[in-house]
Amino acid sequence: MSAFQVPIATNRCATGIPTGRLAIWWVLASEIVIFGGLVTCYLLFRFRHPEWAAEAEHTKLAAGALNTFVLLTSSLFVVLAHVAACNKDTVNARKYLIWTILGGLIFLCVKAYEYTSEISHGYTITRSVFWAFYYTATALHGLHVIGGMTIMGLILPDVAKGKNLQRVEYIGIYWHFVDVVWLFLFPLFYIASAAS
Amino acid sequence: MSDTAHSEGHTHSAKPYLRIYYILLALLVVSIVGPMMGGLTVLLITAFGVAVVKALMVAAYFMHLNVEKKYIWYLLVMAAIFLLVLFFGVAPDVMNKSGVNWKHLDHPAPAVTAPAHH
Amino acid sequence: MTSSSVHADAAPEADSHAHHAPQSFWSKYIFSVDHKIIGLQYTLTGIFMAVVGVYMSYVFRMHLANPAAHIPFYGVLSPAAYNSLVTNHGTIMIFWVAMPILLAGLGNYCIPLMIGCDDMVFPRVNRLSFQVFFLSTVLLLVGFMAPGGAFGGAWTSYPPLSAKVEYNLTPHGNVIWLLAVALEIVAFLLGGINFVTTAMNSRAKGMKMFDMPVLVWMIVIATIIFMMSVGPLVAGAVMLLLDQTLGTHFFAAQGGDPVLWQHLFWFFGHPEVYVLLLPELGVVCEIICVFSRKPLFGYKTIVYTTFMVGILSMIVWAHHQFIAGIDPRMASIFSLTTIIISIPVAVIMFAMIATLFKGSIEFKVPMLWAIGLIVEFLLGGVTGIYLGSSALDVYFHDTYFVVAHFHYTLIPLVAFGGFAIFTYYFPKVTGKMLDERLGRIHFWGSAIAFNFIFIPLFFSGLAGEHRRIYDYSGFAELTTPHMQSLRTMATHALLVMIAFQIPFVINVIKSLLKGAPAGANPWKANTLEWTADSPPPHGNWAELPEVYRGPYEYSVPGREQDYWPQNAAN
Repeated sequence: MSAFQVPIATNRCATGIPTGRLAIWWVLASEIVIFGGLVTCYLLFRFRHPEWAAEAEHTKLAAGALNTFVLLTSSLFVVLAHVAACNKDTVNARKYLIWTILGGLIFLCVKAYEYTSEISHGYTITRSVFWAFYYTATALHGLHVIGGMTIMGLILPDVAKGKNLQRVEYIGIYWHFVDVVWLFLFPLFYIASAAS
Repeated sequence: MSDTAHSEGHTHSAKPYLRIYYILLALLVVSIVGPMMGGLTVLLITAFGVAVVKALMVAAYFMHLNVEKKYIWYLLVMAAIFLLVLFFGVAPDVMNKSGVNWKHLDHPAPAVTAPAHH
Repeated sequence: MTSSSVHADAAPEADSHAHHAPQSFWSKYIFSVDHKIIGLQYTLTGIFMAVVGVYMSYVFRMHLANPAAHIPFYGVLSPAAYNSLVTNHGTIMIFWVAMPILLAGLGNYCIPLMIGCDDMVFPRVNRLSFQVFFLSTVLLLVGFMAPGGAFGGAWTSYPPLSAKVEYNLTPHGNVIWLLAVALEIVAFLLGGINFVTTAMNSRAKGMKMFDMPVLVWMIVIATIIFMMSVGPLVAGAVMLLLDQTLGTHFFAAQGGDPVLWQHLFWFFGHPEVYVLLLPELGVVCEIICVFSRKPLFGYKTIVYTTFMVGILSMIVWAHHQFIAGIDPRMASIFSLTTIIISIPVAVIMFAMIATLFKGSIEFKVPMLWAIGLIVEFLLGGVTGIYLGSSALDVYFHDTYFVVAHFHYTLIPLVAFGGFAIFTYYFPKVTGKMLDERLGRIHFWGSAIAFNFIFIPLFFSGLAGEHRRIYDYSGFAELTTPHMQSLRTMATHALLVMIAFQIPFVINVIKSLLKGAPAGANPWKANTLEWTADSPPPHGNWAELPEVYRGPYEYSVPGREQDYWPQNAAN
């Protein structure tokens, strides 16, 4: 295939927001309604079933808190990568992106530990609708974590060469969104065990 | 590559982001300690109120919505409003166990193996 | 318009103009990143699926007219096959015909041309969008070869029928169906982000928001409605998939709630109707301005009203569920919003009629289809008032009255609108004119036959005939000769309508081979796409146009010509 050439359209900017960033915000808006739809369904059932508080006791608060900490830290790293990219400091941009990917990896490892432990104790996805929601929401979120890590890995070579540095900001915005989703999943599935 | 509003001319500093990060960590501690104080109201505020504050802080400072065009806020708020519409449209049917002229009959849950104690 | 200086590799507009046209057949037509080729790929896939969908309706209408008889080109229809044909007819016509032709095909082809830029902002995302869509098409058709047959639980896929194999008896068909629909939604989300971003950011120099043609506005608003409403259904589709495959109980009575799926489905499903309606109304606006040589009446009013339609369309969904046991107080609210939404739609219709008023109307073929759309859609809309009122709907629900109403809205949009688009843009896409006489035969034959298909169904629905029934012999009041004659009449009219597509096919082939050359602007229209060559080359214009005025400056007093292209300096 002949080398792809960026069309003029991409670099026009009638709104004052660069095209890539505008598109990322539209992606996030459509993601908000996807996760929001799932959380809305969960909330509806949660209000109908006060007894789910007892089920929520069995999720691992410490692991959830650790993961929140990990994601918040990786959010910091990705914003530092953005700062470095703004300063055209490709060495630091690359370093912080790699640290962000590592943060995602730690998150997934903790998540894998949680799943293993819960499943081995009989809390499987078919046990009750609470657990079905728990696994669906966290797995969907986990897929987004994997997606973000993959994209960061794909843009790393260009970033190291100082090309397409705007992508550091765009993937950062996406990563922060994944973080924000977790900020809500954490209280919904881990903390709210006492609410009845 | 970045916000034209503040990127031209001077070097970016990491300091403000670190400050936000420390506040976020403090809020994380609040949200974990909160439920241990007991009481539903305290829990709702410390768990969900703090989650909202954390999310807004990440959105405003890390995602740079504080210097972004206003369009984007409208866009995100629009998505949130449609979700509220969905919630309140569905709630009368799904959230309650009974309603006007109807009652939700609980079907027996399928047999599952009892979870081992741990 | 500020030129973006923030992109690392942004080149100034003037010197990045060396668009290399791709060379080989594969890179030019199959893996193209050109928005026009992708638009045509969507449209042609949609037309192919339309043939498949019409064939399905032919099979089950033939069966209803003459139960258990041998159907030419099919054989004898079994009950299970009847269910899967009815289901997939609905699914295909909405998701694989209406969406790709009216939204993706039209939007891809027209948005960059109408706002004066060389391509979509993300051409490779655009290509990916079509590839995902194509994959979903293949997947849906593969469902027919799966052991157990294709999914037959209706296009709305209500659980528990769709969730449990014990009920739907299609162990693979239901999963394949759901995956295909999910992939299709992903494709349109990718395309939609492209549409909205392109229209927001990449307008030609000098083109303000209110210099965009109404069609672009309508496509953008439709895309936004789609993106805002489809999210909960994506979540719901994941939940349903887990119900089907892993045996969770999201939508089962054991702890879950089947009504929740209905809410999630219609929270998307009703706005979807407006997603299909709006691009069509946009096309009609363009066509009636061009063929009555008058400015559009109330341009800004139409745009604001369209926003109103968009917002209202998000709060009417539960009128599909009046008999699903939803809260009667909510039913009253949804009745009210349903009836309110007819006001903004009527405003748009009146604006169109006001545009026609005292114009120099030319009844060219695209204009016939556009006017036909308005007239027939009006009938569909008016019958919707009965269904929107929660008390009447208890009687009408699930009868052929609903089927007739639905087809009276969707066939004008998809078929009439589709042919309006096709005949209006054919000269631009191919550089050849269509034959007017064959076009008129095609229009009048199809339009009249269409009414004879669905008017009988209104009456059989009023008489209480339920839809989705394979065999009426168990219902004494529905097997009378009168009821059977209504069914037969609809089927015969369908055959006539299919037969009247032959002039259309002949017309297209004849025009492609030896149609009169169209030139750049055969309709003497103002909008930018008509200033490019027909067909437009890769990159659309040698030099991208600059815009000086709005799109509807027709018959301006004091000008020699009765049109004034947007990019003409004077």
